Amino acid sequence: MKNQRLQRVLVTSASSLLAVFVALCICAVILLITGKDPIQAYSTLFGAAGDIKVLQGTLNRATPLMISAAAVAIGFKMNLFNIGVEGQMRVALLATAVAGAAIDLPAPLHILFCLVVAMATGAIWAAFAGWLKVKRGVNEVISTIMLNFVALSLVAWAFKSFFTADTAPGVLLVKTKELPPSAWFPDIVERRLNGMFFIAILVLVLFYVLVWKTKFGFQLRASGANPGAARVTGVNPKRMVMISMLMSGALAGLVGMRALLGDVHAYQNNLAEQQGFNGIAVSLLGRNHPLGIFISALLFGYLGEASGRLQLEDIPKEITTIMTGIIVLAVVIINEAVKRWDDKRIQHKAALALATRVVAE
Amino acid sequence: MKFLQTLSVARRTIFLSLGFMLVLSVVRLITNANDITSSGTISSTMRVATPILLAGLAGLWAERVGIVNIGIEGMMIIGTWFGGYGAWKWGSWAGIALAIIAGSLVGLLHALATVRFNVNHVVSGIAINILAAGATEYLSIIFFKGQKGGGESQSPTGKGGYGEFDMPFLTGGRVGSWRSPDILGWIERKHDLPLLPDLAGFARGLLSDVYVPTLLAIALVPLTGYILWRTRFGLRLRSSGESPQAGESLGVPINRLRYQAMAVSGGLAGFAGAYLSCVFTSTYRQGQTGGQGYIGLATTIFGNWNPFGVLRGAILFGFPTALKFRDEKNVPALLLVVAIVLVVVAIISFTRQKQILAMGLLFGSALSATTYLLVDEVPQEFVAATPYIVTILVLVGAQQQLRPPAHAGAAYRAGENH
Repeated sequence: MKNQRLQRVLVTSASSLLAVFVALCICAVILLITGKDPIQAYSTLFGAAGDIKVLQGTLNRATPLMISAAAVAIGFKMNLFNIGVEGQMRVALLATAVAGAAIDLPAPLHILFCLVVAMATGAIWAAFAGWLKVKRGVNEVISTIMLNFVALSLVAWAFKSFFTADTAPGVLLVKTKELPPSAWFPDIVERRLNGMFFIAILVLVLFYVLVWKTKFGFQLRASGANPGAARVTGVNPKRMVMISMLMSGALAGLVGMRALLGDVHAYQNNLAEQQGFNGIAVSLLGRNHPLGIFISALLFGYLGEASGRLQLEDIPKEITTIMTGIIVLAVVIINEAVKRWDDKRIQHKAALALATRVVAE
Repeated sequence: MKFLQTLSVARRTIFLSLGFMLVLSVVRLITNANDITSSGTISSTMRVATPILLAGLAGLWAERVGIVNIGIEGMMIIGTWFGGYGAWKWGSWAGIALAIIAGSLVGLLHALATVRFNVNHVVSGIAINILAAGATEYLSIIFFKGQKGGGESQSPTGKGGYGEFDMPFLTGGRVGSWRSPDILGWIERKHDLPLLPDLAGFARGLLSDVYVPTLLAIALVPLTGYILWRTRFGLRLRSSGESPQAGESLGVPINRLRYQAMAVSGGLAGFAGAYLSCVFTSTYRQGQTGGQGYIGLATTIFGNWNPFGVLRGAILFGFPTALKFRDEKNVPALLLVVAIVLVVVAIISFTRQKQILAMGLLFGSALSATTYLLVDEVPQEFVAATPYIVTILVLVGAQQQLRPPAHAGAAYRAGENH
């Protein structure tokens, strides 16, 4: 048994690594075609790993990615697609910025208050999609996409109409009222690595415990693997959909907090933009497992952090976005192929065992 | 409503449009917002609606063959880039052609992932969206940066040359070098009459200053209907979206059809993108699609996976934006339109014994009318969010009437699950 499990872990890791390798190869070809030197590009990109500042930046960038990937993964575990992390994050960002600035509390409590507000608003926005699915049978992919755009418009409008603070003359960037310092999440390394990193790690650990070590987690995975069987054993599928949607939304609310509490300390347009979407890629590469998510988040965080150096060599840093897209596509294709191959191998083994027994008898 | 259901979809579209025109006419007389049915607004609506229509048809082709296409946005982005590139090098038509080819190739990539490798359709679509955004940004830096008028995030100005069309006699188009009279324009200016100027404005909007690519896009609606519902190819294609196993057992080449339909779907999305970068404007700009691919997806649903329904949805979703482009002040009049439409729907639901729904609709109507009386302008964010909200409401309220292809999005491999 133990041996089999180890084998599976190895196969999974190998296929993810293969996906990254394939993406690197395809990107090398793209670089070559467009007249850039791939060896120079990759040595610049990966040569940055020795720099401690780059590594700190990597962890900092990985922080929101880990949380949003966990938000996506909790849905994935029961075949529920929450594409709405971006929208849920956006609603939570504005709500937290406004609520946090309106209240006065001592430091740790103030931060806690902000995190709770963020989780609650994220969960409320996700609850719409959950309600639509449970009560109306609306596919969550469609409803979360639509709700993303509604959130975007709603937040932009509310921010512009009610919550912009007066700025000094000459300052073009509008923001909400700044959060008091008691709500600022402390840095680990000044301006480089924020303490939210530990919250992200905590989220991944809790995610592991919840999904693999509790009854709820078992029901969640069972609903994903075989909804029919799960229902027969007394799991209420509607309740599971609603709870996992709420949890996913609550995590989505936390995604933007590194940028809000740890960096800008006020809401502004484009704050934490795309971090909700990027979690989908991280979650797919990490195979919805906390450890996988952690490693993939580091990889994507590193690519984002080191890509700036490419521009010094006159290579567009957007090559890393292409890389991300190819990695996602490659990882799912390879997973499918490996699964097929694995099924065949097991079938073959079973057939062989059966055949030898028949012969022996 | 029984009566409506006896009509064909095409006729129902015409009938509903007439009813809607009547409502608009009444609102115009009450509010004096003459622009809401002016030919300018209608032709502007058609321009705004064209990319949405094309994206909606892209969604229709994909889902009818059984593949969910979240990647429409990405295919459109590719279309805007190649459209901009082609228009800059050779002119708009070349841009459109190039964008259609590029879009088709991306469509085929989606098909390769979903059909050959059996990847989850939504995941593949998301990957394509990421890939498209990255690829166009990368290509812009390589090809446009440093060119005259171009830059990291935009192409040099295109050469233009897609052509416009004016109907002679009715809207003052030219016959040879002689400018024919503008009969519809003359009627349209008689603002005191009910309905007549509105119909004239509507017709004139459809027939004057029309971009030829828009005409092409509109022609694709009946063409899609014909191909999918009146040809053997179309019947087989739809069987792949409804029950591929059944089709397969009758010898229908499901996988080949899926590749073909995805090439069409990608091509349509590419066309939609090119429309933005070389017809509606004359440059490619980063982020130009602005989620219109997703509006297209919404239109596919709103239109109940039917080409005429998609056309209806595209016009409905394009109308508020067009009105806003013309003159911000006209937008509040739409609230009154919403109020009247809701009352009509409420009466219908009441006759169908759906009292609770009817009460809800009346409440919505009252809310809309009160808002109209209270506000002077509608924030643009609300206009932008309308298509998405309407789609959610349709999904909530009219779920029973919607009939998506039964097998869209489900995993399928030839020779399995029998």
